[in-house]
Amino acid sequence: MSVAELLQGKRICVCAGSGGVGKTTTSAAIALGMAAQGHRVAVVTIDPAQRLANALGVEELPNEPHRVEPGRLAAAGLEVEGELWAMMLDPKRTFDELIDRIAPDPERAAEIKANRVYRELSSAVSGSQEFTAVAKLYDLDQAHEFDLLVLDTPPSRNALDFLEAPQRLSSFLEGSALRALVRPAGRGIRVLGRSATPLLAAMRRVTGVDLLTDLATFFGLLGDMTKDFNLRAQQVEDLLRADTTAFVLVTSAEREPIEEAIWLHRTLEQGGLPFAGVIVNRVHHDLLAGSEAEDVRPALRRLLGSDLAARVAENFRDYHVLARRDDVNVSRLAAALGDEPLLVVPQLDEDVHDLEGLLRMRRYLFASASERRRLIADLVA
Amino acid sequence: MARLLDKRLIFVTGKGGVGKSTVAAALGALAARHGLRTMVAELSSQQRVQGVFDRYGEQFEEVQLAPRLFTISIDPEHAMDEYLRVKVGALGHALASSRLFQAFAMATPGMRELLSIGKVWELAQLHRRTRGASPYDLVIVDAPATGHGLGLLRTPRTFADIARVGPIAHQGRTISDTLADREFTGVVAVATAEEMPVNETLSLIEAVERDELALDLVVLNGLYPMRFNSGEVGQLLEALERSRSQLSRSALRAALAEHARAANQREQQARLDAGVNGRLVELPYVFSEHLGPRQVEDLADALELALRKRR
Repeated sequence: MSVAELLQGKRICVCAGSGGVGKTTTSAAIALGMAAQGHRVAVVTIDPAQRLANALGVEELPNEPHRVEPGRLAAAGLEVEGELWAMMLDPKRTFDELIDRIAPDPERAAEIKANRVYRELSSAVSGSQEFTAVAKLYDLDQAHEFDLLVLDTPPSRNALDFLEAPQRLSSFLEGSALRALVRPAGRGIRVLGRSATPLLAAMRRVTGVDLLTDLATFFGLLGDMTKDFNLRAQQVEDLLRADTTAFVLVTSAEREPIEEAIWLHRTLEQGGLPFAGVIVNRVHHDLLAGSEAEDVRPALRRLLGSDLAARVAENFRDYHVLARRDDVNVSRLAAALGDEPLLVVPQLDEDVHDLEGLLRMRRYLFASASERRRLIADLVA
Repeated sequence: MARLLDKRLIFVTGKGGVGKSTVAAALGALAARHGLRTMVAELSSQQRVQGVFDRYGEQFEEVQLAPRLFTISIDPEHAMDEYLRVKVGALGHALASSRLFQAFAMATPGMRELLSIGKVWELAQLHRRTRGASPYDLVIVDAPATGHGLGLLRTPRTFADIARVGPIAHQGRTISDTLADREFTGVVAVATAEEMPVNETLSLIEAVERDELALDLVVLNGLYPMRFNSGEVGQLLEALERSRSQLSRSALRAALAEHARAANQREQQARLDAGVNGRLVELPYVFSEHLGPRQVEDLADALELALRKRR
């Protein structure tokens, strides 16, 4: 199974997984590989490493897709039949643009953007990255300019935040909870006073009246716009559930990311979201083929002398501790996945931070089963 | 080292995947060794520290891992429930059982963070609000990844500013004063010697200083050993040319690959070192199939040694 097969007929690929497992580079390598096959692809990244951002040229035009020069790709040794586009998400800006678009007039938009609750809401915390990432994804999808959109998900506390945070945020914006407690008074909203329920009285005692007032003002400003948020949240959810969307889980072979991937797979399946497969990065393959790491010493001693040979053997032993660890973890993942696709990328000699690195990664991601076996065999040869 | 362990509350933060939980656990083991009743609090609901020690308790339960070493996994829902019941009394009970209020509170931006950090603050008090609970000498927080982690530390101040008056404002101000007290609260940043984690740590340092918090220590985790010098690398390359044995070739290539990785790490290490004003300590990569209590104790040894050397 290759990534090309996983993404057959898909218009959106969401790369999810825990932090530090290579999601950004994997997303970029997927986009690159699909572009090489003739598709018009855009990769939406959140916070790429400097050198990768440079390689993709995403900093020149923030928050809008930007075409990666075919010449740049050709120089790295790849003739791309399609087009590779990349963009770096700016959550605050995406949020502001959304307000500009749905506000009835510019004055209202400005008032909202100046509101303290809004400013807090659109800051980096509280799921706004997640919310704006899917909002942007939706806009790009609606524009129908690309065959495939690849989304690199934000570095959440846990990978599910990416799914929950937008819902949390939109349900807050929709304000149904608070709407029950406040009622319109002219253009603003007045917090129910004397006629308040004991519940509201309790709430005021806990939160203080100012916070409630601020929230009420904020919702007053939003007014009918909350309907748009609600509609949009529904559309985004439909988009994420569509059978033209593919969730690809990315993990490393270490224990915790693997556990997270297993759990996330289960969660996606239970939630009815279109799971496509798992990519395991940085796997240490067994290079011993039944021998012991120590067996290498006598032969190396002749070439290197005993001290250096001992250190090479020690390094080889340590490498295989990791190979055994990875084997245990990947096997556990495979068992949990059953027949679902599982793609393994070996620990590459260097970290991936440039186009050459993405190309190396792409070879593994886009190889057919037989090519993959050959590539892995090459590691041992 | 004494100065770090003299604090009452330490936040361990860093980019995802750099080993925050492991470093928090090792720091906890070190503190417990020095006689401190220590709590390692997780905010991610992932119970990773419990996993390392293979001792699982209920969510929000204070679980003992070893002599003087405890852990808790904090989630905002439990934190709110406790806060309302303990702090607000009868009214709180009414709110805690109101689904409407739950929905409102959980959806309010920053409220989840405020509730979590409120519980952390409670754990660090000598007079615990939780009935019958014993105090801790030190609370170490396995905080969320960098961006979220710092947001977390800012939340109480933000709430105090937004709410202005009333209990939330008061609570927010109390917590935020505690966080700003450098004698009481410290921050430990964890990085690995790769480009992104180093970048994030460097910008974290700026942000922490802007917020006038105390960044006490930067831990460079998972540092590969430099096993070969450059002359030896030449020998390895030459041997790779000459060797016909598949096993030897694999071993030589593994050695060269690890050397390249270790050398790259040294570049990143130097970049980090230049930006952290002598606050850097290194922890070695743990070549082990499992990460259990023994590995955590080994890391605590390494941490102790590194902290001693630093002084």
